[in-house]
Amino acid sequence: MTDAVIHPALVLIVGALLLPLLRGTARSAYIVALPLVALALVWQVPDGPAWQLAWLDFTLTPLQGDKLSRLFATIFALMAAGGGLFALSQKSRVEMPAAFVYAGSAMGVALAGDLVTVFVFWELMAVGSTLVLWSQGSPAAYRAARRYLMIHLAGGVVLFAGITGHIVGTGSVAFTRMAPDSVAHWLILAGFLVNAGAVPLSAWLPDAYPEASWSGTVFLSAFTTKTAVYVLIRGFPGTELLIWIGVAMIFYGIVYALLENDMRRILAYSIVNQVGFMVVGIGIGTEMALNGAAAHAFTHIIYKGLLLMSAGSVLLMTNRRKCSELGGLFHTMPLTTICGTIGALAISSFPLTSGFISKSMISQAAADGHMQTVWLLLAAASAGVFLHAGIKFPWFVFFQKDSGLRPPEPPASMRWAMVFFAFLCVAMGVWAEPLYRLLPYPVQYEPYTAAHVVTQLQLLLFSGLAFFVMLPYLKRTPTITLDVDWVWRRLLPALVGMVAAAGGIVRRGFDATADAALRGTRAAVERSHGENSRLARTWPTSVMALSVLILLLGYLLLYYL
Amino acid sequence: MTMATQDDRHWLDDPAHVKLLWRGFLVVLALTVAVELVVQLHPHFEVESIFGFAAWFGFGACAAMIAVAKGLALVLKRPDTYYGRPRDD
Repeated sequence: MTDAVIHPALVLIVGALLLPLLRGTARSAYIVALPLVALALVWQVPDGPAWQLAWLDFTLTPLQGDKLSRLFATIFALMAAGGGLFALSQKSRVEMPAAFVYAGSAMGVALAGDLVTVFVFWELMAVGSTLVLWSQGSPAAYRAARRYLMIHLAGGVVLFAGITGHIVGTGSVAFTRMAPDSVAHWLILAGFLVNAGAVPLSAWLPDAYPEASWSGTVFLSAFTTKTAVYVLIRGFPGTELLIWIGVAMIFYGIVYALLENDMRRILAYSIVNQVGFMVVGIGIGTEMALNGAAAHAFTHIIYKGLLLMSAGSVLLMTNRRKCSELGGLFHTMPLTTICGTIGALAISSFPLTSGFISKSMISQAAADGHMQTVWLLLAAASAGVFLHAGIKFPWFVFFQKDSGLRPPEPPASMRWAMVFFAFLCVAMGVWAEPLYRLLPYPVQYEPYTAAHVVTQLQLLLFSGLAFFVMLPYLKRTPTITLDVDWVWRRLLPALVGMVAAAGGIVRRGFDATADAALRGTRAAVERSHGENSRLARTWPTSVMALSVLILLLGYLLLYYL
Repeated sequence: MTMATQDDRHWLDDPAHVKLLWRGFLVVLALTVAVELVVQLHPHFEVESIFGFAAWFGFGACAAMIAVAKGLALVLKRPDTYYGRPRDD
């Protein structure tokens, strides 16, 4: 064990536990500084194992560095800092420490060299995120947190079974590349995919995230799904099945977001959509595709954080979350409008924004691999992203019909956090080189060719035209769209109710039968053994003498035989 | 929170200005397609070399996705109070 290196994840997790002791300015400074200290420590982690310890018969590696690990740990720390700044005025005393434990655990997964450490931080992440959700305080959030925890603990059990099988099968705990070739590896893959929000269980994500507080959703959007992307990049690159799972996630996200009315649920569906792009890249599995998936995870965390910050600002200032009740907010919230729009352009991969330089690498990898169907689906999906998030979100929240609401801009800390992230979205889009240097493989890709810019602008602007032409069909209604979570929110409780009712009938029938049988037996016993019955009567001595005589005679007879 | 008053009308609230923006948008749309005559594109697949591919493909894809979403809504849409009763959670 090299003692010289401090574990960045532990700094954030232990540091979070000290947070409740602080108040006022010291607390604010600490919240922003702590993730930045962790960020600096990430860059002290050398290549290869940095911490090792013996556990049972295995050598665990709780801290291990390489380019991929540092990339994800970096963005997690950066997100914790930005999210922390945004959440400074949050009243809940639970949310921030929980969010830092959550962020620290995500960093722990990214820096883990073995599967046991991955699992420990994986579960800690579930605890941290549930607390973030729960700290919102409403009964709806409490119930959503319960459902969320149920899914994640179930996913954790699947992952645990897979890891145990893997260790028994290979005798090694090291977290290296796997393939879905054994039951254990399928279980590990399934456990990872649950956290990625993969179909068919995507519903947990849009069900839970929008129930968190105005700042909680910002944290929730960043860590769980992107940690899953990280472990998939490391564990299952080039698994072809992932291409099709990713495509399904992409279109699921678009179609459901198009029908959604809750502004933050629109963005939650679009998390599934964006993670779908990354999962497709992992499934393609070439260096270009994996670079694209990693880069897209990095840029996505920032622009999605920014989008949810703008939505959180609107929620805090108006106390409304439905598109059908919002609109016209650009009048008095110009900064929030501009920042939200920059996030919307970035998620749509508009030229000069961060999405343009990351997502296009995944499409390029599909083209390089001559996968025409995948490439066409990705192009259609890019158009769909602009449709469901790029225009729909800012249009219905900040523009459309004037709702008459005139809320002021949010507090300064929130404005600064949005400006910081908006700056990053544009800076990475204009100057991609620093991000490209952090990627796991050498980058031979130039996003800004005339052809790429022109085709991308055509694709996006004509999607915009489609949006406004078909606007009457996109009119918001106060409705939800049923999803797989219907199974555990309606179907299973109904089945349990039916089983309980049927059980009641069976039990009542059983009770009646048993009752009758017991009564019958009791009556028979009464008859033979009750007062003055045949067996309970006092018998005369002569009967006894006669009985003994008969017994003795019988004995004599048997003796001679 | 304050509500709208008569005198806080924004430049964007004027229908004439919105019309102007629409015209500008249509001009930009035409330009992005017209520029294909000048810029050398590098089509990777056959279908890409059709003129204005990204433009009509983007529009068509969006129309198709909206159609699919509306179709799905016929079956799966519910009032947003659907899960309102506590025992459903």
